[in-house]
Amino acid sequence: MSELVVQARGLTKSYGPLVAVDHVDLEVHPGEVFGMLGPNGAGKSTTMRMIYRVSALTSGSLRVFGLEAGRDDRAIKSQLGVVPQMDNLDEELSVLDNLLVYARFYGLDRALARKRALELLEFLELSARSKDRIRELSGGMKRRLTLARGLMNEPRLLILDEPTTGLDPQVRILLWDKLAELRGRGVTLLLSTHCMDEAERLCDRLMILDHGHVIAQGPPRELIANQVTPQVIEARLEGELEPLEKACADLGVELLPAVNRVSLFVQDGRQMLEELERRGLFLNGAYIRPGNLEDLFLKLTGRSLRQ
Amino acid sequence: MKRLSLRGATRVWERNLWVYSKRWVYNILPNFFEPVFYLLGMGVGLGAYVAAGGQFEGGYTAFVAPGLVAASAMNGGIFETTYNVFVKLHFSKIYDAMVATPLSFEDVAAGEILWAVTRATLYGTAFLAITLFFGVPLTPRLLLALAALPLIGFCFAAIGTAFTSLIDSIDLYTYFWTLFVTPSFVFSGIFFPIEERFPPALITVAELTPLYNAVHMMRGIVRGEWEGVGLNALYLAAVGLALSFFAVRRLGRRFLA
Repeated sequence: MSELVVQARGLTKSYGPLVAVDHVDLEVHPGEVFGMLGPNGAGKSTTMRMIYRVSALTSGSLRVFGLEAGRDDRAIKSQLGVVPQMDNLDEELSVLDNLLVYARFYGLDRALARKRALELLEFLELSARSKDRIRELSGGMKRRLTLARGLMNEPRLLILDEPTTGLDPQVRILLWDKLAELRGRGVTLLLSTHCMDEAERLCDRLMILDHGHVIAQGPPRELIANQVTPQVIEARLEGELEPLEKACADLGVELLPAVNRVSLFVQDGRQMLEELERRGLFLNGAYIRPGNLEDLFLKLTGRSLRQ
Repeated sequence: MKRLSLRGATRVWERNLWVYSKRWVYNILPNFFEPVFYLLGMGVGLGAYVAAGGQFEGGYTAFVAPGLVAASAMNGGIFETTYNVFVKLHFSKIYDAMVATPLSFEDVAAGEILWAVTRATLYGTAFLAITLFFGVPLTPRLLLALAALPLIGFCFAAIGTAFTSLIDSIDLYTYFWTLFVTPSFVFSGIFFPIEERFPPALITVAELTPLYNAVHMMRGIVRGEWEGVGLNALYLAAVGLALSFFAVRRLGRRFLA
């Protein structure tokens, strides 16, 4: 079936005068990993909460698995899994019981639930902790258990709200591997993140949200190629900025100064450095890197702090 | 209300039973101590100074006991739906996890009420069993008394849930307790016949409180004095239904905002 997994048109959510999500159009295709990027308060979580049907739409239309939101919520929710931003495990139950009780909410019979729970604990490397209480787990274990819980009903769509925020690199890499494995099994993934590396590495397509609006959408490589130069020179700034500014203006190169360093957005870094040297400008500690998603993100959403 | 399903509510109830069953031993013990202390203090202790005769035929302890059974069912229903539900709602966030499954928030609210009824019935049953050692005669009527416990629990679970649906701060329960639960406990005819001690206007007020109806019903059943018992039951059912409806709707709307 090539039916869209999520199809939203003009998706809007307002709380009184505050418009958290403003006419968002969104399509998630079967089997893909779709990422949502945006500063805090951009509307990522609110959009996800509408999709997993715990938040009502203010206006717009939304279909999940072709089913109409608001009318077929139970059917929609029975086919998706959710890993929320804040772990909300049941502290009164053990690791294994968290999965077993959750399975009952989906109406899974006990024997099947037990089999799946044990498999998932194995999959997420938690088997040794199955009898532990939740408060005995580390942050990374809780996150893995929350993922296991989200998989108990074998969802067609898994929604993850900032799945790796606050985790150490080992756990993050483990989770990335697991998500890649799930994708390989045909599960569609919708995730939000602040981690550009994560978005670039995992996502087939992504959207960038800011102030409730979609400001860019497409495959990460394509977005970067369209809006960011192929290479970026990073260097320390010693001495005056002005001569460098003048040279960049001459050459039509975008220059982004920070407190004591600069970034130059260029087609060819080596060539640019040579050109600057010819003009008597030597950049200290300069290195060349490819343009990346973070450049795009900061270009589109600006550098000022959000709430 | 169309988002409510009985099956969903049952699954929420099942989760609570699961948690409770893992530690029922130390959960149920307080349900034994509390009645014993009350019956000893109020019945055996104070009762020795209460003139026998009239209302107190069979002894003061036997007079107080059925009312205390009703009050214990009230406590079971209220405690579960106030502090416990509030903590789950605002602090532990487990409802957030539940409503991401096919359960609706209406299912969750209804499931909690259902569970509170169960707790109230357990509390009340334990209390009723203990009153047998304090002068309450073992009769077939006690089966009806057992059946009355869920009704009392339902009424107070609905009251507790309704109050919980209205507040944003856990501190406000102090008002609920000092202005509703405590006066109910003291002035609902558990310890003395209010009809003989209150001015007429106050009698009417007391008769309108749910606990008065619960106490009157329970004492009537235990003693086989049937007058007004049916009306008491109807009253408890009506309050329970109306407030459950209100609370389930309100919590559902508040959540899906």
